[in-house]
Formats: sequence, structure tokens, C-alpha cells
Amino acid sequence: MALYSEKVMDHFRNPRNVGVIEDADGIGEVGNAKCGDIMKMYLKIDDDVITDVKFETFGCGSAIASSSMATELIKGQPVSEAMKLTNKAVAEALDGLPDYKMHCSVLAEEAIQSALEDYEKRKADK
Amino acid sequence: MIYADNAATTKMSETAVKTMVSVINDDYGNPSSLYGFGQRAKEVLESARDDIAGIIGADPREIIFTSGGSEADNQAILSAAQLGKKNGKMHIVSSAFEHHAVLHTLDKLKKEGFDITLVDVHENGLVIPTEIEKAIRKDTCLVTIMFANNEIGTIQPIREIGRICRDKKVLFHTDAVQAIGHIPVNVNDDNIDLLSASAHKFHGPKGVGFLYAKKGIKLSSLIAGGAQERGLRAGTENVPGIAAMAAALKEAAPRINETAAYLAKKRDRLIAGLKEIPHCAVNGDEKNRLPSNVNFCFEGIEGESLLLLLDDKGIQASSGSACTSGSLDPSHVLLAIGRVHDVAHGSLRLSIGEDISDEDVEYIISSVKEVVTYLRSFSPIWRDLEAGLKEHIL
Repeated sequence: MALYSEKVMDHFRNPRNVGVIEDADGIGEVGNAKCGDIMKMYLKIDDDVITDVKFETFGCGSAIASSSMATELIKGQPVSEAMKLTNKAVAEALDGLPDYKMHCSVLAEEAIQSALEDYEKRKADK
Repeated sequence: MIYADNAATTKMSETAVKTMVSVINDDYGNPSSLYGFGQRAKEVLESARDDIAGIIGADPREIIFTSGGSEADNQAILSAAQLGKKNGKMHIVSSAFEHHAVLHTLDKLKKEGFDITLVDVHENGLVIPTEIEKAIRKDTCLVTIMFANNEIGTIQPIREIGRICRDKKVLFHTDAVQAIGHIPVNVNDDNIDLLSASAHKFHGPKGVGFLYAKKGIKLSSLIAGGAQERGLRAGTENVPGIAAMAAALKEAAPRINETAAYLAKKRDRLIAGLKEIPHCAVNGDEKNRLPSNVNFCFEGIEGESLLLLLDDKGIQASSGSACTSGSLDPSHVLLAIGRVHDVAHGSLRLSIGEDISDEDVEYIISSVKEVVTYLRSFSPIWRDLEAGLKEHIL
């Protein structure tokens, strides 16, 4: 049996939405190098709808796959829906993660939340 | 497929497989049985013992067959500790980058009241004999230092450490799991009292190994039961495995220097080629290292994703990253040589075998370069490093 599901391997090998959005409306970065995982999410938001999302990740296969899947799940969604994204939804969409890799999906959820908080903060500051 | 994880395990040699199959089919008797058929198995067992003893310069009676390196480490250390305790000596000297079979056994002894000193392994991954000498106290019962490190391949000054232990009348154990069958080891020349070895690291089968214990050292048995192995290791002997282990070692021994020289050339080319990757570092001394071992840290990437992509390219390797171990901390070996967490996560170990060709070596170099560059292309750490927001460590 392989370590990861086919879905995880697909998102790891061909990650969706990789990169940077220069004029992002919200940016979130979570994790730290000490623990071996850092995720950075960039959001482009128009009328409270996520029109574009990109990510950069330093981490293991499941961290990269979780980031990729999380971006797919929120792209095109209203901010209010994206706020509801859970790590469980990310893991399920990947056909599951090994128990000791669940923290990767938690990190993906936190990265999205952090980017959305940044967006809300920027909006409030305007 | 380019299998470059020989430090994890090796392919059994054809001779070892043939030997094993032949013993399974033809000599399946129990060596403890008195009839001729059982005694034939006993002969197989004893001839394996003779062969192994001869190769490492021991007397056959000094070899105990075990289930592998971990058991041998456990038995050697616990025996020495028990002997020490009887004489009121409850101090052990070791190093921080020993195999877990050693470190966890020492942890156990610590809980029983033993005092453990771990000497520094320095940035180059080498123990300094004079530091062992300084660490030895009046109540030291054992020094245990591995022959060659399993992750970074550094070969320790075993002979000198052994000499110091002899002078100080302290038992000296070495976990030689990575060394036996790969570099010359002689228990007399190298002043070794106790030595652990594992067959599957030198093209023998898994689940079998041996412990050498110098005559006069009273071993304790870990397994209660029958009188096998002179009462030192109960349980019917793994005769096919033991015979195959001896066959593998017998095959490796006469050409050990030749193989080592061949592999060292490939290793050096791999190291030179991979050094061209910016912001990387070789882990462990480049000269005093196993001829098969290459170990690097690459800044800005994580080891598991590197391994998965190399696997996609048909290259099997390993890493000391936390993600490959299931724990949160990266390899204790890399931390012991002073690599910080941030870069220890980005490590790669290649442990090559004799079947490697020059083309394979070049393919590994180009593949690693490609994968490291790719992973860095979307690593937020790498972006910060390149933008000058963070300082490069390597």
C-alpha cells in the first residue's frame, strides 16, 4: 500500500494554483521552518468573492497537496463560504491523509483563515 | 530503478539467496536434535560461525547469533551495564548520534540509575578519542561508539577509542552495523570488546545478525528459554538466515577494499556534482566516511517531497526530515552535528551499491538538481532567502 492516496499524489505532483499574486487582497502565512512546514496563501477578492488564489509551500508531500486542494476548494467561493473551510474537508477531498499527516490539512485551513483575516483587516482599515 | 538506500537495507546477494534456499530445503533439521539430520543443521550453524569469526578476527566461541543489530546492541549494552552494576560502576560513555537501538537502551539504563555521558560528535560528525578519554571516570563500565554512522556515514576512530578503553580497563562496544562487510573490521586490531552486526546491511537476509563478545565477558541473556547459543540466546536458531549471512560476508570480505575504492569514486563524483547546487552542505566529514554514503542538506526545501519526486524519477533514497520519521523533530544525527531544524528538514541521504553505473551517478545528480530547483520555485522560505528578507544558513 502506498503512503498516500492517488489524489494526494496527483495534487503533490501537479499542484494547482502554485505561485504568487503580486497585488493580493489578502495574504496569510502559517507554520515555521523549524517544524518543517510553511504555507503562504495569496487571495484576490472582488465583491467578497475569491476570484484568484495562489500558494507557496515549504513542506512534505501532504503539505503541498493540502495547500493545492485547499486553493481548489475556495477558488470562486464567496468569502463567507471560504471562512467555513475545515481541515477535515481538505483531508476528505484528498481521499484521506495518514493520521500523522493530518496537521498538514490543519495548516492549510489555518493558512486560508489567516489570508481571509488579512483581507478583512485591510478592508476595515480602508 | 536506481536503488540508493543501501544503508536502509540491501538486496540479498545471489549466493546468499542460494545458500538460504538450500538450507531451507535440505538442512531444515533442528540443530538441537541428536540424530544425524539435526546434527547436519548444527554443522551448517557452526560452519557459519567459523566463517564469520574468521573474517572479523574472532574466535568462533565469541560469536552469538541474534535477530539483528538492534538485539545485539541491546544485549551488549545491557550485559556490560549488569557487569558494571555488580562492581558499583554505573557510568557509560557514548555519543549523541548513535543508533536508536543504542540511545534508547541507554535511556532505559538512565532510568535505572546509570549516568550517561554523550561526547560531542562535532560539525564533521567525528568523535575525538581524547574526549572519550576525558569522559571516562572511575565508575565507567562501558564506552559505546558506533563504527560508522548510519545517516552521515562518518567512520569513527575506533582503533584509538578501543586502545584508550583497554588502557583504562573499560569495556568497549561498537555498533558496526554499517561497517561490517563494507570496510575492514578486525576486533583484535581495532581493540573491540563487543560488536554488533546485521546481515541485511551487507547483502544478507533480514532478521539475523550477530554479537561478538570477547572471551571472558559474561553476557546476559535477553530471552529466557532453551540452551541455544551456549545459553546466551534462547530460541531455535535461524539456521537458513545465519548460513546466508555467513555466505554474504564471505563473498564481500575478499574484495572489500576493491569494492570500497569503486564506490568511493562514485561517491566523490556524486558529492562534487551535488555541491554545484547553491546553498547546500555536505553532512559529515568528506574523507572519513563510508564509501557508499552521500548526505546533503539543501536550504529552502523539505526532504520528504524531495524523496517522493526522486522516487517518481526512479531513484530511491532517504532523508532525515521530520516528515519521513513520523515525529516532529528532524534526525537526531543532523541535530547532533549542529544542523539547525530549518535545514535539517531538507536533507538527503544516498547510500549507493555496487551495481551503480557512471550513467546512474550522472542521472542522480541531474535529477536532484532538477527537483531541488523545482521545490525551491514555490518555497516561501526560499523566496524570503532570495529576496534578502532572511539570511542564508548554508
